[in-house]
Amino acid sequence: MTRPGRGLVCQQAVELVTDYLEGALPRAQRRRFEAHLAGCPDCPEYFAQIGAVIALAESITPDDLTPLMRREFISLYRRWRAGQADEDHA
Amino acid sequence: MPEDPDPDRLLVCWPCVGDEDALADLMGKYRAAMLSIALSYIPSLAMAGEVVQDVWRELLRGFEAFEGCSSLRTWLFRILINRAISAGTRQRRSVPVGDMRPVVDASRFDAAGSWNAQPEPWAGLAEGRTTAAKMAARIAAAIDELPLQQKEVVTLRNLQCLTSGEAFAVLGISAANQLVLLHRGRSKLRQVIAREFGSAR
Repeated sequence: MTRPGRGLVCQQAVELVTDYLEGALPRAQRRRFEAHLAGCPDCPEYFAQIGAVIALAESITPDDLTPLMRREFISLYRRWRAGQADEDHA
Repeated sequence: MPEDPDPDRLLVCWPCVGDEDALADLMGKYRAAMLSIALSYIPSLAMAGEVVQDVWRELLRGFEAFEGCSSLRTWLFRILINRAISAGTRQRRSVPVGDMRPVVDASRFDAAGSWNAQPEPWAGLAEGRTTAAKMAARIAAAIDELPLQQKEVVTLRNLQCLTSGEAFAVLGISAANQLVLLHRGRSKLRQVIAREFGSAR
């Protein structure tokens, strides 16, 4: 495949994906990364796959609290509130 | 990445508001991440659940000490890890983060560093609702199998609310090393999903 961009090759680009997504690349390198992505026939799919993985990981829904745990949390909270009120009145 | 408005303002405002349901929702969100991290140190689900619950109890006892969401989140996970280490049998192991092995096998590239063949396309397929739910479950399992430090960084990052500075305070891992761990962790998750879609790599 072609070597788009100025010198950045696919093998280097895949190692920079996270730094790019996290905004950690210096400006010049960010431009080289983007230029590579714009001209490369293959890397956009890899980039999209990493994006899909991130979206999937962030979509993991926590196991819903069971009603029992929910009640326990709320009861903890009420006891704490009551303790606060007692201190205020003391 | 654009900074989201802090999703956890409620956690700090809530003692004034008294919104119990909102509190329980927020606890649910954190509980999954906390449990997942606690289980890295403690082999028993019941004991890990108890450690998480203890951390919440302690949080409620010392609520006034927190000046904002940032200090609260940092506290929450730092205390959790300390407690989990005390309760568990597994010690925090320092794994070298400077692992520089490539995240995509060198055999996938030609001598010039270009792909031998395009990565088998599946990114578009992951968007379907049913597929996404199935793959999210697979990712959750794969996160659990990551090496400890990668798992911690990926899990905290998935909460979308810990800055790298806060994660440093919690994990003691520099921003640069967090990036390395995040990179390696996400790359492994990608390989897992690629296999799920029947792609070889």
